[in-house]
Amino acid sequence: MTKWHDFLEKDGKAPPWPYPIRYDQEREIETDVLVIGGGIAGCWAAISAARNGVRVALVEKGDTIRSGAGGPGCDHWCNAPANPLSNVDPDEWAQHMTDIMYPNGIGTQIQCRENYDTLLELEQIGGKIRDTDDEYKGAIGRDDKSKFMISPRYTRVHSYIPGTIKPKTFKSNPDQKLNNVVIRVWGTTFKPALKKECKRLGVQIFDRVMVTGLLTEGGVQGARVIGATGFSNRTGEFMVFKSKAAVLSTAGNYSLYMLNTELSGYNTFRSRNMTGDGVAMAWRAGAELTLMERTNPLMLGTGFKHTWYGGAGDASYENVPLVDANGKKLPWPTQGWADAGAMRPTPDVMEKIIKGVQTGEYALPFYGDFPGMPDIERKVTWNLMLGEESTTKNITHSYEEAGFNPDKHLLQNYNFIEGNSLPQWRNATGGGPVIDWDLKTTLDGLYVAGEQTFSYGDHSYAAATGRYAGRKAAAYSQQINVGKMSQEQVTLEKARIYAPIKRTDGVDWKELQAGIARTMQYFCSEYKTERLLKMGLDSLKDIEERHVPALYALDPHKLMRSIEDLSILTHGQIVLHASLARRASSQILNFFRIDYPEVDPPDWNKFVTVKLEKNKVKTGELPLNYWGDMKANYEAHNKDYEGVYKVK
Amino acid sequence: MAQNKVYAVPNIISPNTPVIFNPDICDGCNTCVEVCQVDVFIPNPEEGKPPIILHPDECWYGGCCVNHCPRPGAISFNWPVQQRAYWKDKATGNVFRA
Repeated sequence: MTKWHDFLEKDGKAPPWPYPIRYDQEREIETDVLVIGGGIAGCWAAISAARNGVRVALVEKGDTIRSGAGGPGCDHWCNAPANPLSNVDPDEWAQHMTDIMYPNGIGTQIQCRENYDTLLELEQIGGKIRDTDDEYKGAIGRDDKSKFMISPRYTRVHSYIPGTIKPKTFKSNPDQKLNNVVIRVWGTTFKPALKKECKRLGVQIFDRVMVTGLLTEGGVQGARVIGATGFSNRTGEFMVFKSKAAVLSTAGNYSLYMLNTELSGYNTFRSRNMTGDGVAMAWRAGAELTLMERTNPLMLGTGFKHTWYGGAGDASYENVPLVDANGKKLPWPTQGWADAGAMRPTPDVMEKIIKGVQTGEYALPFYGDFPGMPDIERKVTWNLMLGEESTTKNITHSYEEAGFNPDKHLLQNYNFIEGNSLPQWRNATGGGPVIDWDLKTTLDGLYVAGEQTFSYGDHSYAAATGRYAGRKAAAYSQQINVGKMSQEQVTLEKARIYAPIKRTDGVDWKELQAGIARTMQYFCSEYKTERLLKMGLDSLKDIEERHVPALYALDPHKLMRSIEDLSILTHGQIVLHASLARRASSQILNFFRIDYPEVDPPDWNKFVTVKLEKNKVKTGELPLNYWGDMKANYEAHNKDYEGVYKVK
Repeated sequence: MAQNKVYAVPNIISPNTPVIFNPDICDGCNTCVEVCQVDVFIPNPEEGKPPIILHPDECWYGGCCVNHCPRPGAISFNWPVQQRAYWKDKATGNVFRA
């Protein structure tokens, strides 16, 4: 009796909705700092704001205990050059990490300066960051004194894609010792510890609540953000949050190009909850956004991607050597000690492998040779790196139960036999609000962290920027009064949200998402021209005018998915507007226009920005490195920074 | 064996069994309902019974439901057929599938 149709068999009817329905009820919550999104960035923002002595409300679509991309776990604390085992200077490392086009220099500088402090604070509240149980004595990278486990990642090679970051000798590391900037961690312990600390600090947590829109002073687009609206995705209850400052710490959009909603489990990295709500609400409120034209491969192969994250356990990294079906070692770097952290073959090596496959030199399928690893390194990879990383603990457990034993079994790899992702399958991340050195957007009262900071980031990036945004938002909230709310803005938003429950037929959320995804796949993916992009806008407008008014939801959960679709739709429109505004191609933005084929021409090496002003799209631009001198500006804006929190 | 009564129902969402509950061990504490990011489960109307898998099509395979379960064996992960991994015994060359 664990499926709904079991109930049909037993009782002749479906089970009742298990939560009270409260569509007609409304709650008002007043706080100083409102944090939107309770993933890693959001939890850290809430903790840091609360530690600065203000009232905090944290709103999360799932349950804060395990929500967000980093909810299940994390194995690497990346870009931590301030750790005591590092051989490079944090500022020099930050500069190096931004030596690519379109980085976020502000976020990276914050990460490099503060994520080690953040890690120590994590340990204070119960996160495990050292090998305190001496499980991995003798492993390469383990420091016997501090019991930190340094990862091979970035020890010498710093990029996933060969050649994107030039090798260099650091002034701070003239002898070219290993950089030691990435620490292996026990990330499954993190999220429960963060939620517990939020509770201890008196943060008001609203789990299973979706924030739908930002409230601005007087309801004016572009004015100060003074709160937000939301609803419970279990009861349907409406909520109005009044705040002095808000931190937007929601995720990117992994559904925009996803034609089939049932593929979320096959997708790498993100669940369906990540639907670009934050960017959509910031846009509607009038915030200036940038890099919205950037989209990335989704890695859904023809046979569906068999990554660690997608389920079937592709042993293609984490120090596990790759061999062919006859046991011949492949020249495929696996982010291990032997290849100094490199993760992908260089183009010429890749060509040799492809030729080798075609001529039979390398027999398919390939395997991850766990038994071929030294015992301690195998243990580190299987138990720590895969046992503690996001969704992979689940994999190691279930494989072990099914009989897999890394001591004697080779785990299959799916390179080549699964095919490649089609370019029409994409995710939309890496864009977001323009920010300043306070992580403040162009709207007063609105701060951002994590993926919202036009960056892919990673776990420690989300943590460090969340912690930073929280303290800046808290400081702002202490010097300003509650803003004047517009009842009309609330009423309009309420009508928008509840429209789907007033209907019982029409278009459901899955069909609508597929329709939006198809538009994006056709008109804004591999082949971009002005004509196609404009057709995309027309197509989304048609969906907005013809199909959105038919959107229906039968319960609060489906209502959430429906409102997420509206975020996805808005997000698609922003991507199209931004794509029209960039009249050049760009390799690193994965952005190619047939009508402007020159790749990264110097004139276009700049941030293109888009925003709504009186509901009209305005485009603009910002120079690369608009943040100025990273070290000097970080220091100028953080004179009062106190380092690691002293627990009270 | 034929079922007692046949209903006219739409095709069942597929894959639809991301986890399997053991009703002898599960005491219906609903921890898995709470830790799931996407609300795959709802509590069983009958107290003390395993939750109902209501939204299997939204499962992210995150595994928190299994990892966080306070009663080992109450819930186990069930990979969809097409996502089941292969491995090979290094000594014998025999291939296995999860």
